[in-house]
Amino acid sequence: MFRPISDELRQATSHDGSPSVRAVGFTFDGRRMTARAGDTVAAALLVNGVAACRETPVSAARRGPYCLMGVCFDCLVVIDGVGNRQACLTPLREGMAVETQHGARDIGALERDE
Amino acid sequence: MKRIEDIGDLAVGYDLVIVGAGPAGLAAAAQASELGLATLIADENPAPGGQIYRAITTTPVKRHDVLGEAYWQGLGLAEALEASNCDYAPQTTVWSAELGRDETGKIAEPRSFTVGVSRAGKARLVQARRLILATGALERPFPVPGWTLPGVMTAGAAQIALKSSGLVPQGRTVLAGSGPLLLLLADQLKRAGADIVAVLDTTPSGNFKAALPLLPDFLRSPYAAYGLKLFARTRFSLPIRRNVLELRISGEECVERIAFTQSGRPVTIDCDQVLLHQGVIPNINMSNALGCGQHWDMSMHAWTPTVDEWFASSVPGIAIAGDGAGIAGAPSAAIRGRIAAIAAASAVGLLDATTRVRLAGPLQAEAARLSRGRSFIDTLYRPPGNVLRPADPATIICRCEEVCAGQIRDVVRQLHVQGPNQLKAYLRTGMGPCQGRMCGPTVIELIAEQRGVPVSDVGHYRLRTPVKPITLEEIASMPQSEAAKNAVMR
Ligand SMILES: Cc1cc2nc3c(=O)[nH]c(=O)nc-3n(C[C@H](O)[C@H](O)[C@H](O)COP(=O)(O)OP(=O)(O)OC[C@H]3O[C@@H](n4cnc5c(N)ncnc54)[C@H](O)[C@@H]3O)c2cc1C
Ligand code: FES
Repeated sequence: MFRPISDELRQATSHDGSPSVRAVGFTFDGRRMTARAGDTVAAALLVNGVAACRETPVSAARRGPYCLMGVCFDCLVVIDGVGNRQACLTPLREGMAVETQHGARDIGALERDE
Repeated sequence: MKRIEDIGDLAVGYDLVIVGAGPAGLAAAAQASELGLATLIADENPAPGGQIYRAITTTPVKRHDVLGEAYWQGLGLAEALEASNCDYAPQTTVWSAELGRDETGKIAEPRSFTVGVSRAGKARLVQARRLILATGALERPFPVPGWTLPGVMTAGAAQIALKSSGLVPQGRTVLAGSGPLLLLLADQLKRAGADIVAVLDTTPSGNFKAALPLLPDFLRSPYAAYGLKLFARTRFSLPIRRNVLELRISGEECVERIAFTQSGRPVTIDCDQVLLHQGVIPNINMSNALGCGQHWDMSMHAWTPTVDEWFASSVPGIAIAGDGAGIAGAPSAAIRGRIAAIAAASAVGLLDATTRVRLAGPLQAEAARLSRGRSFIDTLYRPPGNVLRPADPATIICRCEEVCAGQIRDVVRQLHVQGPNQLKAYLRTGMGPCQGRMCGPTVIELIAEQRGVPVSDVGHYRLRTPVKPITLEEIASMPQSEAAKNAVMR
């Protein structure tokens, strides 16, 4: 789990002029959370104390983001109903509904939706 | 620069498509556009910078000494992209590239690549006369018991969280492993306020002796002063433990402790976060899937795409620049990107041969200077057998399919498996979403060990496009060519 660096080390605006501390609201498994605008979903989960965001298809083991650079696929989550999203490459947006990905994507559920 | 916010805003075709906006891709893009090439640079990340300069234009970290001057040098490259005429597509994944074919299926002349890109759930194909792959490196997988527990990450991941979001690990943090970046990452995290309770150095003590004859060359390299300063500074500021072996991470739901031996004595440290690192190796997924030739690099101990002095791969029209074609660091990556861009401009007829050589000559000399001292670093940090070939049979090797070292050894021995592609059929190693990025380097080590041959004899996964999973919906949403329709309608 992660926490923000101290205010003294942080800048009020980024190089591109956007404020670096604007808060964005989202939910994880229904719980309300906030994180910094510009964060990825993975960073937003880590700073909210979420260490595990999926259960593996093989043994349902709990996993969390491992590489944060798009290569390990351990950060897969369901975002606004769409599964298999890489949390570490997806920028957080206001109102996103993020959910734990349980096992493999359920094809049956997709068919029921049709 | 034109920022592509919607995939529909991409042009139908470009002279050059660059994959990756790290130092290699950024420098290539600025150079290419200066030489008049219509250029697209695409990167999966929301902002330019790649690994070393990650989030260089958006980082919330203010104090320059936290990330160090080497980081802030990236601003120049980001500004050069801004000032260029390129199309820059952030959050855009490139997942395939194929030589364009005519209606009858023959390679169309003049040759051009059909490049598959996807952004925000929508896919598209664009045409490119040339390609530069600047996809960089990844951290060498370091499988130890417990490395899949929540709370274990790579040290590079913690650096990414720091650079892009201004976050540091919470609680007692242990870094473990080896490589030239381990101390740098520990130092950056400590400056940013992380509570680093131990840095466990797994570098074998014998490596220094092996590297000693190469030391004079390193001392004359541009990295010597920087490396020695870091070494001196962290000697007392960080709780470094050397001669560490047999790492074992454990905990119920998350990491709770790490056990290891230090100079033969067992030690256990309670902690909340473990950051693993074992150096970086080229990320060969895309070059391999596009059919670019590769070779086993003895010095780096990794498969590496084979390129010539213009960074051209074995596939005409595809160049590979930066650490994706061999680890040499960021300044070298940028120079290599520029050389590849000059070659591309010359290939499409914008430069004559004399101008090409005049422009590239000084850059090639600089690239050679920057590669100095590399063999010292490679030898000093060469991972030992116990790191590359985990002894504990229960160690997970393939994180996606949860396949352990013991299973791989047994199947390879009992079924006489010759290479990693054959092993896929038995154990599914390399068939999960990461497409072998996390298990490939270890799977080939274990096969080599069981067969009793050098790892270079075992080969590597034959990878396929799409190099990143895309949804059927994305594929279905794409315009189809007549040839593609005919192929299935017959
Ligand atoms: C995690 C990590 C941290 C590092 N930190 C440092 C450091 O602090 N200091 C240092 O000196 N060196 C560091 N390095 C070494 C690094 O390899 C070089 O410094 C430098 O970043 C290499 O530049 P590059 O342009 O070759 O590739 P990179 O900087 O790695 O850039 C490659 C880019 O390509 C993108 N990409 C890859 N595949 C695709 C695709 N299919 N579609 C779209 N985009 C794609 C990636 O997202 C990335 O942004 C680090 C390496 C890693 C892996
Ligand atoms: S954390 Fe590894 S792919 Fe997202």
